[in-house]
Amino acid sequence: MNFPILSTLIFLPLISSFFILLSKDKTANNSSIYISLFSSIATFLLSLFLWHSLDFNTSEFQFIEEKSWINDFIKFKLGVDGISILFIVLTTFITPICIISCANSIKIRVKEFLIAILILETFMIGVFCSLDLVIFYLFFEAGLIPMFLIIGVWGGPRRVYSAFKFFLFTLLGSVLMLVAIIVIFWLTGTTDITQIYEIKIPKEYQNILWLAFFSSFAVKMPMWPVHTWLPDAHVEAPTAGSVILAAILLKMAGYGFLRFSIPMFPIASEYFTPLIYTLSIVAIIYTSLVALMQEDMKKLIAYSSVAHMGYVTLGIFTLTKQGIEGSIYQMISHGLISAALFLCVGVVYDRLHSRMISSYGGLVNYIPKYSFLFLIFALAALGLPGTSGFLGEFLILTGTFQKNYLAAMLATFGVVLGAAYILWLTKRVIFGVTNNSEIKKLNDINKSEIAMLISLAFLILFFGFYPLPLMETFNVSVNNLIYNYQTALISN
Amino acid sequence: MINSLNILLPEIFLSISIFSILMVGVFIKKSFNLIFNLTSLIIIILISIILSSPSYEEKIFLDSFTRDSFSNYFKILILLSSLFVLNSSKNFIIDSKLDKFEYPIIVLLSILGMFFMVSSNDLILFYLGLELQSLSLYILASIDRDNLRSTESGIKYFVLSALSSGLLLYGCSLLYGFTGSTNFDLISSQLNKENTGAVFAMVFILVGLAFKVSAVPFHMWTPDVYEGAPTSITSYFAVVPKIAGLALLIKFMFIPFSNILLEWQTIIIFMSIASMILGAIAAMVQKNFKRLLAYSSIGHIGYALAGVATGAITGYQSAIVYISIYVIMNIGAFSCLYLLKKDGQYKENISDLSGISKKHPLIAFSLLIILFSLAGVPPLGGFFAKFYVFVAVLEKEMYALAIIGLLTTVMSAFYYLKIIKTIYFDDSLITFETTKNRTAQLSIFASCTILITFFLYPSVLNNLVSTLFVS
Repeated sequence: MNFPILSTLIFLPLISSFFILLSKDKTANNSSIYISLFSSIATFLLSLFLWHSLDFNTSEFQFIEEKSWINDFIKFKLGVDGISILFIVLTTFITPICIISCANSIKIRVKEFLIAILILETFMIGVFCSLDLVIFYLFFEAGLIPMFLIIGVWGGPRRVYSAFKFFLFTLLGSVLMLVAIIVIFWLTGTTDITQIYEIKIPKEYQNILWLAFFSSFAVKMPMWPVHTWLPDAHVEAPTAGSVILAAILLKMAGYGFLRFSIPMFPIASEYFTPLIYTLSIVAIIYTSLVALMQEDMKKLIAYSSVAHMGYVTLGIFTLTKQGIEGSIYQMISHGLISAALFLCVGVVYDRLHSRMISSYGGLVNYIPKYSFLFLIFALAALGLPGTSGFLGEFLILTGTFQKNYLAAMLATFGVVLGAAYILWLTKRVIFGVTNNSEIKKLNDINKSEIAMLISLAFLILFFGFYPLPLMETFNVSVNNLIYNYQTALISN
Repeated sequence: MINSLNILLPEIFLSISIFSILMVGVFIKKSFNLIFNLTSLIIIILISIILSSPSYEEKIFLDSFTRDSFSNYFKILILLSSLFVLNSSKNFIIDSKLDKFEYPIIVLLSILGMFFMVSSNDLILFYLGLELQSLSLYILASIDRDNLRSTESGIKYFVLSALSSGLLLYGCSLLYGFTGSTNFDLISSQLNKENTGAVFAMVFILVGLAFKVSAVPFHMWTPDVYEGAPTSITSYFAVVPKIAGLALLIKFMFIPFSNILLEWQTIIIFMSIASMILGAIAAMVQKNFKRLLAYSSIGHIGYALAGVATGAITGYQSAIVYISIYVIMNIGAFSCLYLLKKDGQYKENISDLSGISKKHPLIAFSLLIILFSLAGVPPLGGFFAKFYVFVAVLEKEMYALAIIGLLTTVMSAFYYLKIIKTIYFDDSLITFETTKNRTAQLSIFASCTILITFFLYPSVLNNLVSTLFVS
């Protein structure tokens, strides 16, 4: 292991953002877009190479990089396994799409926007690579700064309120995690998670530490009842911001549960399962109902994200093979689907400057290509078999039925509600009667928009029909996770 | 004797140069520039003298004066921060017609006082140093003598500070009465829990020191003095005396009071929590940037005190690291104020910052970095300062202190975000003059560079500070 591929992956966007800073065109802003696009695609290819060269037959962390950082105390340690690699690839895949989309939607301060996106990418990749609690916290929190600016500078009319709410909610959740991290350091003498897995945290501390981590992940996920920042943030953020928020930032929490909560605190995870079930079910049912009544498309999708994340937490804490695999699958597929839906909203918003459902209707008659793609994403969001959304939900429900019938029944009911709000949204936006005369003048999607949406649609369908590439990536890691969890419970 | 003088070399050099440049100022008309540059030169020479001095501990004059790595570290920190504070504010001083030749000389005198403070190992020397520093600061606070607010702040500071010095002196005399010595080492060996009178003395001394670092509940003077004094003086107040005050606080806890840890720990914990909470809440409603920085500095002292409250060496170290990073952030923040000039007037209201990101992207970006760092958001330097403090606090299992501290960081993040909102989200109102204030720009650049790159080698400062307590 000579070439530090993970550090390169993390710092490539950061370095290219520095080049954008130096690029000088003030009017056209083209060169900055090309630089960022080039660098983000290079990052994507690098991450694909990483995925390709990863050994799926072991659950060990690979491509480990270790540097002494804070002396004899904390190491700058990076590494990937079958679970984290998928999130890294998702991040590097979504970022170029955001950059393409901002070429259409961002009109002011494009250069600064691209810099913010690339710096955010650096932090996001860092979150999924870090094998040290402090490094993880560092990247996890640092992402707040660019996202705060993205919402606040380029957002909609209530952007200040939303940006503050986003920042303060998340910060409040995570400071307790920082306390927990330091306590873990004093308990075990290390913050290196591979060593913490070996040492095992004393039983009497597990519950309280688990809650401290939970407070951070629950806000980030977001779980009911601390989800209220998400609809606000989504509605006010520019399209690219919403896409990153929904596709990647929300996945950090799910990843955090898998990487930290369950392996480090297995006994507490078992203990708190009823809590998670309850919150997840409430999230699924309640936010689906709320989504039904939304008049704003972005808000509807935001609430549907909360509901979908409810499935993810439910699946993770079934602690069965199907449940966890389904959750990871659901997170990846939701990353693609919600990104696509937000892009779709962004496409019409760029043209009509309205997100209200009532100002649309009968789009299929005027912009058929767009309507076709929108329909694919909508069907994927409701979990139609043949799309990636189906597999995730199916596996999660399979896992839940093994553990708790009631939760599984209620979650299944949530699937019906999900279908209801998505279909109703489609009916009102894509089909139906055209009342707004401006819709008749709409241009159909242009080449760059087609490129973004087609690539997403292709992946959603591909992973819907052929899940093996994803499954075999995380299979061994998930088995190992469950094995360690069960041995920890038995030894207790 | 000659050897003793060698150890005292920085102080002797400083005293002689102060009186020499005073003569220069008296006999040469319009000598502000000359004296200002000489002051900077003196500071640089002093830094090199201290850097070249050996780091082992030496005590002279009946063990009343120590020169060790601890005092050297603080002296260098005081000198470096004074150098940056003075030079970045030079244009401001000239523009505000404060360019009297006494200005830099009084600053040097206060530095001399602080030198004796941080080196003192004896109550008398400590008190003399403290008074020399305080007297210089009274004059500095009211240096803009034709300005009502500046005079008011000077008087206010004088009255309250004199009171606290009185209490401090009373504490010192009690301590002498109950232990029979003024020497720190002897006091330390004499003091124990049964010595109730000495505990009284400890309380009085803590009150005096808490006043100097403006910890709650002895913070009343801070906002008024910060707002009333000219900005160049405020930035000096916000940075340099805080360093000396904290050094003294740590020294008192480490040497004379080391045996009555439980007695003073409670007081410091209270002051720490009260400062953090008050700093976070009171700053939310401020409209004046200097006043806001005053409350924010109260909050920051609360975090540094949390490190001191642990009563452990790691805690003291974290407090020293904290104050060092605090100094860097504050120098940057105040230097930004020197660039906000419009029609010959320096703006200091937060609303004046509205939308400056559009016309002055570099100032805006620097403020962004500094403010996020003050809020303690990773990966900037301010986060690591807080991180080390909380590591030390949690090592002693003081969970309540840590959790309150972290919750107040969230509260204080709110008002830092409010300024960032004004800078980045609001519409621009004022175009400031593009003043060529190279020194202020250099200070901002240095401060931001350190804060951004701190995460690459976060242990540099720690390694340095960990050598201070070997004795």
